[in-house]
Amino acid sequence: MPSLKTMARRERRQSRFQGGHSLCRGCGVPIAVRAVLNSIETPVVVVNATGCLEVATTRYPATAWNVPWLHVAFENAAAAASGVETAYRALRRRGALPVDGPMTFVVFAGDGGTYDIGLQALSGALERGHRLLYVCYDNEAYMNTGIQRSSATPFGASTSTSPAGLESFGKLERRKDITAIVVAHHIPYVAQASISHWQDLSDKVARATSMDGPAFINVLTTCQLGWGHEPRLAIRIARLAVETCFWPLYEVVHGRYRLTEGPLRKLPIEAWLRPQARFSHLFAPENRRWLAEIQPQVDREWEDLLARCALDASASDAAREPPP
Amino acid sequence: MAHRTLELPPAEAVGTRSLTGSEAVAHAIRQIDPDVMAVYPITPQTPIIEMVARFVADGRATTQIINAESEHSAMSAAVGAALAGARSMTATSSQGLALMIEVVYIAASMRAPIVMAVANRALSGPINIHCDHSDSMLARDSGAVQIFAENAQEAYDFMVMAPRLAEHPDVLLPVMICQDGFTISHSAEPVSLLADDAVRSFVGEYRVPYPLLDVGRPTTHGPFAMPDYYFELKRRQGDAMDALAHVWCDVAGDFAGVSGRPYGLHEAYRLDDADRAIVVLGSTAGTVKDVVDELRCSGERVGLLKITGFRPFPERSIAAGLSGVRSVAVLDRALSPGGPAPLLAMMAAALYGMPVALRSYVYGLGGRDLGLDHIRRVFTELKVARGRSAVRYLGLRD
Ligand SMILES: Cc1ncc(C[n+]2csc(CCOP(=O)(O)OP(=O)(O)O)c2C)c(N)n1
Ligand code: SF4
Ligand SMILES: [Mg+2]
Repeated sequence: MPSLKTMARRERRQSRFQGGHSLCRGCGVPIAVRAVLNSIETPVVVVNATGCLEVATTRYPATAWNVPWLHVAFENAAAAASGVETAYRALRRRGALPVDGPMTFVVFAGDGGTYDIGLQALSGALERGHRLLYVCYDNEAYMNTGIQRSSATPFGASTSTSPAGLESFGKLERRKDITAIVVAHHIPYVAQASISHWQDLSDKVARATSMDGPAFINVLTTCQLGWGHEPRLAIRIARLAVETCFWPLYEVVHGRYRLTEGPLRKLPIEAWLRPQARFSHLFAPENRRWLAEIQPQVDREWEDLLARCALDASASDAAREPPP
Repeated sequence: MAHRTLELPPAEAVGTRSLTGSEAVAHAIRQIDPDVMAVYPITPQTPIIEMVARFVADGRATTQIINAESEHSAMSAAVGAALAGARSMTATSSQGLALMIEVVYIAASMRAPIVMAVANRALSGPINIHCDHSDSMLARDSGAVQIFAENAQEAYDFMVMAPRLAEHPDVLLPVMICQDGFTISHSAEPVSLLADDAVRSFVGEYRVPYPLLDVGRPTTHGPFAMPDYYFELKRRQGDAMDALAHVWCDVAGDFAGVSGRPYGLHEAYRLDDADRAIVVLGSTAGTVKDVVDELRCSGERVGLLKITGFRPFPERSIAAGLSGVRSVAVLDRALSPGGPAPLLAMMAAALYGMPVALRSYVYGLGGRDLGLDHIRRVFTELKVARGRSAVRYLGLRD
């Protein structure tokens, strides 16, 4: 598994993603991108969906990408990557690659480009079994277009299309469980990670890219603009999401769930909600009952996950035991 | 439902045989043997991808087929593959092209030389499966080249020419080879195929200037361009389309050398001394030719100008071809509600300033038949045509 040293050495050798882009200061997205790219040993080819990352890193004629990079549209990154990966196999078979050798195909797409408009293309690519690592950088809304709600936006968050107001407390619906949807495609590797836990993320990338098939990692990435927090707090807030069990760190290898890093002490959900302006209305006295709904939701999801992990652990223990 | 089995002729058999337009195009694809074909079924295009799948299943082609979950994804995968450095194709019709359209525009702007086999079919709604040209017209301004075939032979020939048109370094654009759904795609006629190796050496190796998979020379494809660059990039894209006219001369010249069949971007049929002419796209040109021959026998000076290159539109040579003609009827197989029918608008621009009467006819929407009588009537009406007149509909009930 890549250590911080290895990752730093790789970045010195070939800085795959360079500075000078126009992502906001304190943005979580480039942290995820560098951690992912520096965790991969082979040459990489990146396919990017429309969103903050794409727009802010490739303003013509400049580019922040020192690796092959392709963007086609918002909803089709997985499909475009399917074509690239298939081209690789076709050219490799007839010895026609410009540079022969193994390559890793990485998709970066936001939550909008993954949970919503890109879900069909993602599902198709997973079902067809293309060998690619799909990384969703989940900042829980359409940030590039001005912080509109997505199906990844948490219950209660105020966004520009689910604003909190006199008659509303923000988003009325709960987030979609995208990892469960992806797991249902029977792909070898699915994981949830956070920019706050870089070693965990890096290990997951290494495991994902060692699989013979599609892999999916959903990385929680902060957005200081959309979440409304001080830019310097990005990592701390991502960490609070893990420590409150709002965003557990787990992986699903060949269908088996496993917690990769549990919190030492589970914090109340308010610890995560309070520093973010998008949830501030929930702390007004008239909205307290909505706030009170959130903790049981988190508890329930967390317990379900623990139960699932325990079940899968005992199943694999049982599988290891010799027959009586 | 009973299973159909496709009877495939043996690989080595060349020469003339009875094939539908879809079969002819599928043979061209087998012979070209592209690296990647990304597809999604839709009538009347489906027989093409079914037959290609059979060729691959039987080891007669090595193409990697991507059975995408939609046409939007099929076209997106084709863009990824073409820019990665692999010869890539797709095939579609109607709603499939409509679903692809966002990506067709992007493919053209990214200069992805994808060959697209199109079997033209009416757009919904109402949903319909038969031919008209509304699907192609939707792609009119996409930046994709559009070549229309009159029959299965042309569909085959143009498909063989397509990779060289698309991949020419001055062009690098998607190329749509359009055949009328059912009328061509499902009707068997004699088609003369080239030998497999003749096609292979005609199309040559696939090359794009900056393959994405060249990890030793990383390139950024599909960046964000603001008002300071967008305009110039679009203009360059327009230049690439214009360059196709010259490239066509070379490619069609070479093709005539191997096949004995010369093609222009338009065809002038008995136009030399004609005073009346019909302008049309696709299979209807064949019907018009019959009527022209018949009327010529009785001494009428009528002719046909068939448009093969709809994009790029060979405006100047069309104007030259019609310079002696007194009246022209433009037959459109699509509507543009609220404006002139698409082909008429382009012909009006092409003939601007010329002393010629222009008549607009719309026919055949949703597969409505056009008979010889309709065409006779058009030629009769052209005798008294002056200036411009309102659109008339052929074969429409009142
Ligand atoms: C078909 C289409 N619909 C809408 C848009 C506008 N659009 C561009 S990016 C975006 C939101 C992206 O959200 P997400 O995927 O979460 O990425 P983020 O901006 O948060 O990085 C939207 C709505 C588009 N480019 N294409
Ligand atoms: S809006 Fe948010 S996600 Fe986008 S660049 Fe700024 S901080 Fe990053
Ligand atoms: Mg987002």
